[in-house]
Amino acid sequence: MYATSYHRASSVEDAVRLRARNEEGRYLSGGMTLISTMKQRLAAPSDLIDLRHIPALRGISIDGRKVTIGAATPHADVAASRELRALCPAICELAGHIGDPHVRHMGTIGGSIANNDPAADYPAAVLGLGATVATDRRSIAADAFFTGLFEIALEEGEMVTAVTFEAPEKAGYAKFNNPASRFAMTGVFVAKTASGVRVAVTGAGSDGVFRHAGFEQALASNWSADALNGVSVDASRLLSDLHANAEYRANLVKVMAKRAVAAAG
Amino acid sequence: MGVEGIGARVTRKEDKRFLTGKGRYTDDMIVPGMKYAYFIRSPHAHATIRSIDASAAKAMPGVIDVLDGKQLQADGIGNLICGWMIHSKDGSPMKMGAWRPLAAETVRYVGDAVAIVVADSAGEARDAAEAVVIDYEQLPAVTEAVAALAAGAPQIHPEATDNLIFDWQLGDPEATDRAIASAAHVTEIEIHNNRLSPNPMEPRATLGIYDSAEDHYTCYTTSQNPHVARLVMSAFYNVAPENKLRVIAPDVGGGFGSKIYIYPEEIVCLWASKKTGVPVKWTSDRTEAFLTDAHGRDHVSKVKMAFDADNRITALKVDTIANLGAYMSLFSSAVPTYLYATLLSGQYAIPAIHANVRTVYTNTVPVDAYRGAGRPEATYLLERTIETAARELGVSPAELRRKNFIRTFPYQTPVIMNYDAGDYEASLNAAMQAADWSGFAARKAQSEAKGKKRGIGMSCYIEACGIAPSAAVGSLGAGVGLWESAEVRVNAVGTIEVLTGSHSHGQGHETTFAQIIAGRLGVPIESVNIVHGDTDKVQMGMGTYGSRSGAVGMSAVVKALDKVEAKAKKIAAHLMEADEQDIVIENGEVKVAGTDKALPWFQVALAAYTAHNLPAGMEPGLKETAFYDPANFTFPAGCYIAEVEIDPETGETDIVQFVAADDFGNIINPMIVEGQVHGGLAQGIGQALLENVQYDESGQLLTASFMDYAMPRADDLPSFKLSHQNTPCPNNPLGIKGCGEAGAIGSPPALINAITDAIGNNSLTMPATPMKVWQALHAAH
Ligand SMILES: Cc1cc2nc3c(=O)[nH]c(=O)nc-3n(C[C@H](O)[C@H](O)[C@H](O)COP(=O)(O)OP(=O)(O)OC[C@H]3O[C@@H](n4cnc5c(N)ncnc54)[C@H](O)[C@@H]3O)c2cc1C
Repeated sequence: MYATSYHRASSVEDAVRLRARNEEGRYLSGGMTLISTMKQRLAAPSDLIDLRHIPALRGISIDGRKVTIGAATPHADVAASRELRALCPAICELAGHIGDPHVRHMGTIGGSIANNDPAADYPAAVLGLGATVATDRRSIAADAFFTGLFEIALEEGEMVTAVTFEAPEKAGYAKFNNPASRFAMTGVFVAKTASGVRVAVTGAGSDGVFRHAGFEQALASNWSADALNGVSVDASRLLSDLHANAEYRANLVKVMAKRAVAAAG
Repeated sequence: MGVEGIGARVTRKEDKRFLTGKGRYTDDMIVPGMKYAYFIRSPHAHATIRSIDASAAKAMPGVIDVLDGKQLQADGIGNLICGWMIHSKDGSPMKMGAWRPLAAETVRYVGDAVAIVVADSAGEARDAAEAVVIDYEQLPAVTEAVAALAAGAPQIHPEATDNLIFDWQLGDPEATDRAIASAAHVTEIEIHNNRLSPNPMEPRATLGIYDSAEDHYTCYTTSQNPHVARLVMSAFYNVAPENKLRVIAPDVGGGFGSKIYIYPEEIVCLWASKKTGVPVKWTSDRTEAFLTDAHGRDHVSKVKMAFDADNRITALKVDTIANLGAYMSLFSSAVPTYLYATLLSGQYAIPAIHANVRTVYTNTVPVDAYRGAGRPEATYLLERTIETAARELGVSPAELRRKNFIRTFPYQTPVIMNYDAGDYEASLNAAMQAADWSGFAARKAQSEAKGKKRGIGMSCYIEACGIAPSAAVGSLGAGVGLWESAEVRVNAVGTIEVLTGSHSHGQGHETTFAQIIAGRLGVPIESVNIVHGDTDKVQMGMGTYGSRSGAVGMSAVVKALDKVEAKAKKIAAHLMEADEQDIVIENGEVKVAGTDKALPWFQVALAAYTAHNLPAGMEPGLKETAFYDPANFTFPAGCYIAEVEIDPETGETDIVQFVAADDFGNIINPMIVEGQVHGGLAQGIGQALLENVQYDESGQLLTASFMDYAMPRADDLPSFKLSHQNTPCPNNPLGIKGCGEAGAIGSPPALINAITDAIGNNSLTMPATPMKVWQALHAAH
């Protein structure tokens, strides 16, 4: 790791100010990605601005059916929240299967979506739920937030503060683990929301998380796993890597979508 | 016997230290003035080094020096060697290319060490390494053994034309070909044995300390055999004469073979310590471990197995190409030859066997012994072939094996080995019963009703442990003898130290070796300490690999203990005025049989050291040394049965049952043996389903971290059903065969046989990932 200066921000404003002052600085949330990247010397931020001690960024709040998850909320808190489970069990299940217990107690939702690893789980939920990403300066719809592999719509120095969504009528997530990393080799999040059916696929797309229009249409007219039987998955948009080729991923996308519908009930 | 003697489930004495974080590993060693090394490694799979410019790096903060291969060569440090000579069938010796501890002209794999930076901290060493400018001229690279043999492949060593190291054979080619030509049925199959990375929990590390006043070196290192390290470093690498080199392998966190070998880092850190005048420590990180720890397996074989009309095997013909990587590691030549082809008879009476093995250089990490070493490759090949034959012949795989079992012992195979004892049918029957083999059809129907594919597969393995009779291995090319040593040192108050040349790095020697003493003398196990891993403390020994610590190491302890007992009996007879023949030692006492005369053990020890009243002419003291050279290999064997359920939608394999029925000979501590089997099975299942070293075409290692190299985890594994059907080994005093590698040897074919049974397609290579199983399933239907 290269030398870096650590700052423990006390508030969102404090963090944004610190970040603005240090052009080569980075926000630090759970550090599960950033710190290991630094240890491998693949990242060299001059300053780390730690967000995990900002009370406003941490925790889950529920107002009617509106859910807000603070950016610095660890996966384990999401997995364990009874109130959230009562409204949207799928996101709790998803969070409970990220990485291992160490990762779930350190890694955060804000860090996960800001990183936008193409194999990460949360992007599927955020896109599938049609959530809104709140930042220190604006709100961004999920459809506009994830822009490519490790690419998101944030401006320089912009910070994710929370993820908000309306609890869906139904939702389900099915994940096929990469046997080595246990990230999603393919993960599909399905949701029946007030604005319609949404199906988001992670782990498989060569451009990162994406929605599957064919599945959405099929499920909109018939919410059942069987409704997906006749719908095809275009392998040409999918990743091929040392773990799985696009053809196999195309199969997984369909199988996981059906399982997600079954899980949603 | 007794609660702490042979056969008792004594909990491990060493575990308190390990479980409370008090183990002392090489990286825990801190000595005054110690500095840190960083190795600069080749980023290219094959290149020539045009120039190295370290001037900027040397001026960086904290940097003590940057040293390269030219300086190492100028100081007369020798090349790394392979210690087992193999001759090709044309009589020519194997073609050993030069492996310099620091490459001076050519780099041959990604990770090849080029220079060392020594600095005040590991971070400063790494910072400076980035400032060293190395100008490489890239050369074409090849990573696959078959491709390396092909015409026009890149040439890796000038010594080895066409990258061929040797073309060796074992057995009778004519008899084998004749039997195949006249066979009623011949099964043909191509077998791939995937390349693995050993991944011990503790990465390699070394600390080199040069003492200029004494002109003496100390090397702390993560070694399975510190004496062999010392011998090789002084005899071949000219680091220092043996009496000026102390090698200490303290607590070592697993090895699986990868810590047998002497690597460049030990040698270079010792040399750098002398050059810089400071102790130099290096600790590998995980990616460096993937890039530089010797890999295992990587065979491609063509197999023919011939049967007569009665389904008896009449011949086996094997043509193997083995990838040895960029350089010949210490025992690399022995693994695909004498540890492999000699086991190709398996548990079966096969009148004619012929194996041809070509070993090949590629631009990859050197390949050497990894848990099982050669025997997993032989077992996988044989057990997949016989299973395939059973399917082709339309007979039960169990019955085909049963029909061909060797039943009389000793049995001379056509491939050197002479099996001393075994009862293969006992393990087969026990495994089939434990697996409820006859109930499989009903279980399969249940799975089908759920939309799952169920399969069952077995593997009847045999392996050779307790390596090895020194004269025999010497005649086959080994550069060393493979005996073991022990010293049993009774202290004046009766407590005991056992100095053993075996080395424990997870095997539990501090417990099992102490059990032998505790059981024989009837003294508490706490009064026995096992000392190992330090060439200054322990007499020359050969170390731990090939499941040899029990069969060979403990046999040496028994021999030394016999001498100690004999002397103790003489002293006791003298003190109690009894006949030496009547003295017995039990329950911590030395007694005159049939009387109430007895002396506590400690009093006899004390008498030996006070020496006030010893038999006439007897030397004081109670301490004996023994060297034990085994009479033969030992032959653990067994039957493993795997039952799997496949999800046809994803290709995912669920191991619903795994049965292991083993014959390990006599068992010292069943709990430790079960632990060894569990660990071996986990690694074997890892090979079968998960693990695979992969390079890209340019020779970059794609699986250089746990994010891409899939290690087995607890939830990948079922709860194992173990049993033992032991036939004592007639060739060593404890009747031990060895248990350390069996799990890794026997399990891969059982699993692949089960999966191919489930999916109805035999074209499947390891690791059987969900994708490959899904593809094979869809190709079959
Ligand atoms: C062993 C292991 C297994 C894992 N398995 C999984 C898995 O199965 N599924 C999965 O989805 N993930 C997995 N992860 C990823 C993990 O869950 C985290 O989500 C991920 O590491 C990022 O979150 P973090 O809080 O650690 O972010 P950090 O590492 O702290 O930050 C990541 C990036 O986001 C930026 N950032 C952080 N917070 C903000 C913010 N509020 N606003 C703007 N930018 C920000 C940082 O500057 C950095 O660039 C795994 C990680 C590990 C180490």
